[in-house]
Amino acid sequence: MTQLSTTAPGKRQPRRGRRAEDVAGLGKARASLFVAPSLILIGMFLIFPAIWTVYLGMTDYRLTGTQAVSPQFVGFDNYTHALGDSSFWHSLRITVIFVFLSGVVGQSLLGFALAWSIRNLKGLWKAIVEGLALAAWVIPSSVVAFLWIALLDRRGGTLNTLLHTDGKAWLIDNPLMWIVIFNIWVGTAFSMQLFSSALSAVPPSQLESAKMAGANGWQQLRDVVLPNIKGHILTNTLLITLWTFNTFTPYLLTAGGPGSSTEILSVYIYKTAIPGGQLGLGAAISLIMLLINLVVALFYLRVAKGKKGS
Amino acid sequence: MKRTRQTVAVLSTVALAGALAACGSSDSQSGEAGGSTELKITTNAIAGGKNAAQAEWIEEWVIPNFEKMKADAGAPVKVIFEAQGVDDEDYKTKLALDLQSGGGADIIGIDGIWTGEFAEAQYIKPLEEVAADSANWDGWQQIPEAVQQALSFEGKVYGVPQGADGRVLYYNKDLFKEAGLPEDWQPKSWDDVLDAGRALKALDGVTPIQLNAGTAMGEATTMQGALPMLAGTGELIWEDGQWMGDTSGLRDVLNLYKTIYVDEGLGDPILQQEAAGRDNSFQMFADKQIGILLEGDYFWRSVINPEEGVGTAPMADRDTEVGYTLIPAMKSGEGVFGQDYVSMSGGAGRVLNPNSKNPDLAWELLAFMNSPEAIEAQAAGTLTISARDDVNKKLLSSDPMLTWVSENVLPITAYRPGLAEYPQVSTALQQATLDVVTGGDVESAASTYLSTLEGVVGADSVRSS
Repeated sequence: MTQLSTTAPGKRQPRRGRRAEDVAGLGKARASLFVAPSLILIGMFLIFPAIWTVYLGMTDYRLTGTQAVSPQFVGFDNYTHALGDSSFWHSLRITVIFVFLSGVVGQSLLGFALAWSIRNLKGLWKAIVEGLALAAWVIPSSVVAFLWIALLDRRGGTLNTLLHTDGKAWLIDNPLMWIVIFNIWVGTAFSMQLFSSALSAVPPSQLESAKMAGANGWQQLRDVVLPNIKGHILTNTLLITLWTFNTFTPYLLTAGGPGSSTEILSVYIYKTAIPGGQLGLGAAISLIMLLINLVVALFYLRVAKGKKGS
Repeated sequence: MKRTRQTVAVLSTVALAGALAACGSSDSQSGEAGGSTELKITTNAIAGGKNAAQAEWIEEWVIPNFEKMKADAGAPVKVIFEAQGVDDEDYKTKLALDLQSGGGADIIGIDGIWTGEFAEAQYIKPLEEVAADSANWDGWQQIPEAVQQALSFEGKVYGVPQGADGRVLYYNKDLFKEAGLPEDWQPKSWDDVLDAGRALKALDGVTPIQLNAGTAMGEATTMQGALPMLAGTGELIWEDGQWMGDTSGLRDVLNLYKTIYVDEGLGDPILQQEAAGRDNSFQMFADKQIGILLEGDYFWRSVINPEEGVGTAPMADRDTEVGYTLIPAMKSGEGVFGQDYVSMSGGAGRVLNPNSKNPDLAWELLAFMNSPEAIEAQAAGTLTISARDDVNKKLLSSDPMLTWVSENVLPITAYRPGLAEYPQVSTALQQATLDVVTGGDVESAASTYLSTLEGVVGADSVRSS
């Protein structure tokens, strides 16, 4: 995440044309030596598992039973099975709703709103608001899940006590809505922090000029602030989309249930592969998920590129 | 510059999905006993939580006594207990992952029904192959053939069974009294149970019947719900090499669920879907909020046991307040084997880890845990129906409930098939009950079950009527 601080538009100096060669003066051999350790790590923990996943996805490998010892090669059976399975599409649909509502809309908008409303605050108040939002982000997810279960519990939960609705099972009646709210709560701090630093980089002179020209708050936001932080919005949306797409934390709250109503893709894969024991099928779905991630990432990069060109 | 950094960010985020995908390929050595004289025991029991009595027995009796015995013999051993207190499904997953990666404790507690799939995966091996001494153990003569079956697969014994159990109907006598029902209740058909439920429904804040349903409760739905009810219709899930498909018995069972949870509101459908529904149902029964509940003798001797530190939902007046009775067949005489009453039995046990570095020593400890002295020491905490005839003869008479189970329930009970496909069939059955309880119709729940079943075992191995 360190790269984020360096993406402030003001500091960026786009390099045109030919890249400078061998700036450090190491020579190819020594440079390779320096790069080797990280390449080995990437190979071990990224490339190899990815290839291994592709292989597993083409077998009927299971956690138990005969297929655990001698898995058979089944070609693309797992893929056709997954893509023809309504539960996969159900899970994907839920994931898209979940990502859109909790990530793209919820966390981004709320994060921006928070950042915008505290931009002129100083000292204690700013620290309090930031502290509270950050707390949700830094508390370990197992603890967070515990807090939320206590909040939403059917018998004597905090929410039921406050609303005098004892016996209402929030997580059973509106499961998807609650994991969306839950995820917004957990992740908003990141967007808030990112937008806070972005807002501070908006040139004050431009804002002042806008004010003198008689622009109201909304006009300043639309015509001065947003154009200045476009890059940040894009980066933020990209990261949040991918994180939300891959998150597993809602499992701690609902375990994918009731039924399969909160089985987002990561949970669906887990349930298929580990408790369900179908490791081969799980690997195949993982790969599909990986491809979706890549498509999303490429889409954003494309937009970023287009933006730069304009 | 920005773009390359962004690309790196994208790639590293995408890598998260890759890491998740790699779950199945770990080769790490975890939980392997380190030194040459260290043994580990694991089982789904934890002091102050699940199966607390067993955990305390292992920690306070088995380990100190075994260590002392070995130290006196001049070969000191360090025994470590790795306690677990989670849902059985989670525990099973953990074991499978441990064993798959070549790790795991030396002695492992398992549910007998996992024997088949673990054996086929070669995660466990026949006892004789792991520790040759086990063949000559004198304890085998005390363990009946039927009980040994619980941890056997294809004619080979994989572990030492812990004991026998049976499922019964529990009911709250105070609530029965309030509802004008007999305290000495002996239902003779499903209708009798439903009638009692209807009477209990008149009471405020009481859920009349808890018959486990849905996937959240896992195997507890199958063992304490679908299978005993199915036995009440005269059918077994597996018989003569055939799995039961969309049969009239299955329809009867699903209709019963529909009557209880949807049509007459005699049960709480939401409770069946809660992530911790089973534990909550125990607590509700202990709090007099559930009238009738189907469970194994585990419920009596562990869950609601009033003794300090034993039960997770202790009932101080258990012996006077809680009644137990046999599970009736749908109609008298229509149960499996033509019986009036039915039950289901499982059986837990302990196996040796084939990866153990000290298999002979591990066997010595396992035999020690199954010696009459050890089982009697465990019974001093809470009595269970043990696997050993000699201990049962001596101790069982002191507990009326367990005596009743061993005399009345065990003779009429039925067992699950110890086949590797069973867990998947069980899940399909749980899904069918969930479909009905959440308002789906019986017809489509049954046909979904049938198609799932055929996908698992092949259409040739399915019988429908």
